[in-house]
Amino acid sequence: MDVLLEIIASLCLFIGSFICISGGVGILRFPDFYTRMHAVGVTDTLGAGMILIGLMFYSPDFLTLSKLLIILLLTLLISPTTSHVLAKAAMQNELKPKLQQKDSDKELNSSNYS
Amino acid sequence: MNDLFAVVMLLGIYSLLSASFFVAMDAVDVAFTEAAVGAGISTLLMLVVITMTGRKENTKRHKPFLALIVVIFTGGLLLYGTFDIPHFGSADSPIHNHVTPRYINDSINEIGIPNIVTSVLASYRAFDTFGEVVVIFTAGIGIMALLSVAHHSEDNHKIAAVNDSMHERYLVIRIVSKILIPFILLFALYVQFHGDFGPGGGFQAGVIFAAGIILYSMLFGLSITRKVISQPFIQIISAVGVLLYGSVGLVSLLQGGNFFDYNVLLTDPVAGQHLGILLIELGVGCTVTSVMIMIFFNFAERRELQQHNNIHNKDLES
Repeated sequence: MDVLLEIIASLCLFIGSFICISGGVGILRFPDFYTRMHAVGVTDTLGAGMILIGLMFYSPDFLTLSKLLIILLLTLLISPTTSHVLAKAAMQNELKPKLQQKDSDKELNSSNYS
Repeated sequence: MNDLFAVVMLLGIYSLLSASFFVAMDAVDVAFTEAAVGAGISTLLMLVVITMTGRKENTKRHKPFLALIVVIFTGGLLLYGTFDIPHFGSADSPIHNHVTPRYINDSINEIGIPNIVTSVLASYRAFDTFGEVVVIFTAGIGIMALLSVAHHSEDNHKIAAVNDSMHERYLVIRIVSKILIPFILLFALYVQFHGDFGPGGGFQAGVIFAAGIILYSMLFGLSITRKVISQPFIQIISAVGVLLYGSVGLVSLLQGGNFFDYNVLLTDPVAGQHLGILLIELGVGCTVTSVMIMIFFNFAERRELQQHNNIHNKDLES
């Protein structure tokens, strides 16, 4: 039983860390603000959630478990909200998403966006 | 770096990192304070100031080489000083020999609370902490004297209009904050009254409570917050906190003990210590909360006045 718990917990922790790292790669590799924020916003919630669930399997008593549960609920609530607010603030400050453009209609579009 | 916003954010990140550094050093109370004050509320207050002054730093004509030399010199001296400091964790370093053994060995019998940091802060070193509270109170008075503006009374109609216009822009974050703010305030109270047993205390609790209220006023407008917590009320509370703290000392003086000697407050010395620490932590919490809210209110009122004047000037020009 203990071995099973350990395996599940380490699996959760591993998946969580992998997702977090992929988010970190995303913030470095993606071209503009919105895609970067998308990478971090999505992976952060899931990664942190997986790590917290993994820690819950490790928790020795009920008190620690409930504290981790509260942190998980708060993360689920706060993390998407912050991403939303960031995107909205960027939108309101007129930061345009970088769109894929073909060379032929580049001039046409750029006149629309500027 | 010219972008002040980025500078403030870097400062906040630095505070958060040093907080985790403090946790690694087993100084949980200090880490908590650093996270709440350094990363939380000071970043917030600086951001409010930036909304008034603008994001970009003015370009300097001169190069501040003198300042650089002074900084390098001071840094060098400090580094030189660290060579004489005993190694980290060595048992015979002065801080482990002076009063620390007494605190660690006797505080559980004398004060009777598990968190030694709180008993040192609130009982053995109560006079120092009183000084800190007075410093915060003085800062509040200073901000008030420098920045406070006589605000004109606003009619309900106008407030409702502002409220509606903000509702569109901040819909999601408003709803989430409405869910969160009660928990933030509850957590502040937990930190306040649980400071005897775990990390926390009046300073951290006050800052967290103030942050909850500042969050509310950022999302729902200053005028609505001012209806809930008026400026005179906040001023009274900040004075009451210091008064409560000081009068605990005076009462212990009148009971025949020393200043801030809580043993004489009740017949049982340990129960007296408990009561004294509870009361002074409450005083600290009141003062810190109200001074933080007061600073934010004054800055934000200035900002409102500035915006109002800008609109007025534009009207005159056109």
